[in-house]
Amino acid sequence: MFKEDQLEKIAAKKENWTAKLEATKKKRPERQAQFATDSGVEINTVYTPLDLKDMDYERDLGLPGEYPFTRGVQPNLYRGRLWTMRQYAGFGSAEETNQRFRYLLEQGQTGLSCAFDLPTQIGYDSDHPLAQGEIGKVGVAIDSLADMETLFDQIPLGKVSTSMTINAPAGVLLAMYIACAEKQGFDKSQINGTIQNDVIKEYICRGTYILPPEPSMRLISNIFEYCSKEIPQWNTISISGYHIREAGATAAQEIAFTLANGIAYVDAAIKAGLDVDTFGPRLSFFFNAHLNFFEEIAKFRAARRIWAKVMKERFGAKNSRSWTLRFHTQTAGVSLTAQQPMVNIIRTAFEALSAVLGGTQSLHTNSYDEALALPCDESVMIALRTQQVIGYEIGVCDLVDPLGGSYYIESLTNALEEKAWDYISKIDALGGADKAIEYMQKEIHNSAYQYQLAIDNKKKTVIGVNSFIIKDEEKPKGLLKVDLSVGERQVAKLAKVKAGRDNAKVESLLKDIREAAQSNANLIPVFIDAVKEYVTLGEICGVLRDVFGEYKQQIVF
Amino acid sequence: MSEKRIRVLVAKPGLDGHDRGAKVIAQALRDAGMEVVYTGLRQTPEQIVSAAVQEDVDVVGMSILSGAHGTLFPEVIRLLREKGAGDILVVGGGIIPEEDIPALKEAGIAEVFGPGTPLEEVVKYIQENVKN
Repeated sequence: MFKEDQLEKIAAKKENWTAKLEATKKKRPERQAQFATDSGVEINTVYTPLDLKDMDYERDLGLPGEYPFTRGVQPNLYRGRLWTMRQYAGFGSAEETNQRFRYLLEQGQTGLSCAFDLPTQIGYDSDHPLAQGEIGKVGVAIDSLADMETLFDQIPLGKVSTSMTINAPAGVLLAMYIACAEKQGFDKSQINGTIQNDVIKEYICRGTYILPPEPSMRLISNIFEYCSKEIPQWNTISISGYHIREAGATAAQEIAFTLANGIAYVDAAIKAGLDVDTFGPRLSFFFNAHLNFFEEIAKFRAARRIWAKVMKERFGAKNSRSWTLRFHTQTAGVSLTAQQPMVNIIRTAFEALSAVLGGTQSLHTNSYDEALALPCDESVMIALRTQQVIGYEIGVCDLVDPLGGSYYIESLTNALEEKAWDYISKIDALGGADKAIEYMQKEIHNSAYQYQLAIDNKKKTVIGVNSFIIKDEEKPKGLLKVDLSVGERQVAKLAKVKAGRDNAKVESLLKDIREAAQSNANLIPVFIDAVKEYVTLGEICGVLRDVFGEYKQQIVF
Repeated sequence: MSEKRIRVLVAKPGLDGHDRGAKVIAQALRDAGMEVVYTGLRQTPEQIVSAAVQEDVDVVGMSILSGAHGTLFPEVIRLLREKGAGDILVVGGGIIPEEDIPALKEAGIAEVFGPGTPLEEVVKYIQENVKN
């Protein structure tokens, strides 16, 4: 990038400058003995062309929309269309969540993102003993197609895009979504959205697994195959670093472990006989936007560059759309404080800005009251307005990759890429991500513990928690409470559905699922047939549990 | 003569998979010299109580972030008392709204540690309140 003689001149100047810097430091000692990012990349006082002397513009950066996509996946990015503003929502019953969805669409949100309660995520109906106390708590309860119909009442599924945070039973919820769209009068090819469908990170850190890795990987490959043929616009998986980061990983670990998981899914699908370019373009990703501003921007850019190389060089993908890493971002829940909660609005705004400067395709901004409870309507609106300020008022969307070429950002992008490749090589040596679950858990836990120690010994400042504390702070009012009767109502609704359907047909459909599970057939078509007759999520997952067994977690800490 | 080491069961009741906090606390208690057993995810109140009795612990620490604390914490206390282990110190943590705390304390949860609690505070509380 720079001519040899230019670099020599800069090097000579920098030598003089460094002598001056040392003299200055004696008079004005630095605030810290060492400055470093959260991933442990040491930060210099200033960056110059010397830090990028090995950089090759075409090889390392390219233009936006071109390999290796460091500068973004679209040639004109936000000049064409802003990212999708997509607030994650869902609580209580399908009726309540339907109202929140419609409120968000009225406020100018451009896509839906659905949270399911834990029994739904783990494949239990609301009448299961383990659902006790959990129904409708962290998301909406879905037992059968009847709940799905209520959830999307008056929301045209052929026109909105919906992201569903569902993993182990993703195929069943996708089947319900397809059935619901068809009942609304749309053709399934018109639907658009995403299922999370990333089970490896459930084993690592999020916890809503059902089956052991092998059948889980088969179900995921079934989804890739079905969607590539029947619902080509659907994002078949959202390979998620978000939860890995929330569990304690550093930025470098976040992208490394996520991309290693991505490699495992691609490997499994290729082994199942699929061509990488049939499913590669529909893989999507989900990252965290944390507080260390520049490192986060560099992280998104490094992730794009690594994935492009993985798909092109490692898997031989030929379609350029297979090379692009498209991602959703959510601001860091773990950075929110219960103390002085209004300060969370500011943290979230900076995190969101890093995601936009990093070129995200969609974004969820957390609400200020989420360290205390589920967010209320007012806090959700401020969170959405934060995105609108970034998108419409501050001019950062008028060009693509505004920080590209910054000596610091490019150095940091290189440093994160290098750290990530080191982890990926280690995971490869262990046999791939699905065999390296305990290794990743251990790494994440160690980082989480170090992070907490840094807060406790004040090496890391957290306003309101270890610094600038307000004594006897007034507690926030108006927190959202989930109606306690939701559990009873949901169980009653389920009983009514079970009484009103053709139960002989249900038995025969469950038998079909069992037979398909025991063979090599694709399970998605039989799921769709079953949910249309109101076979429940718990019944379908019950058969799968019976055929494949359940995953047993290894305890690592 | 060495003092008897405090034995702690760190438990995750319910279906919630957020165990960052539970594991960090478990490690801090271990680093403070306590013997710590971590249950792993998805424990029913029955499983937690049976582990507490079997491991003969002095303290049970539970973490929930899903909002199911109101149902599951008191159930653990009830079962501990039923098994004659009502003297075990039981503490909780997670995303627990301030207004829910009095009812949990009423039910027998000795202390609830919310987000932002320093590790040292939890360690000290256990050291000072355990009934050895």
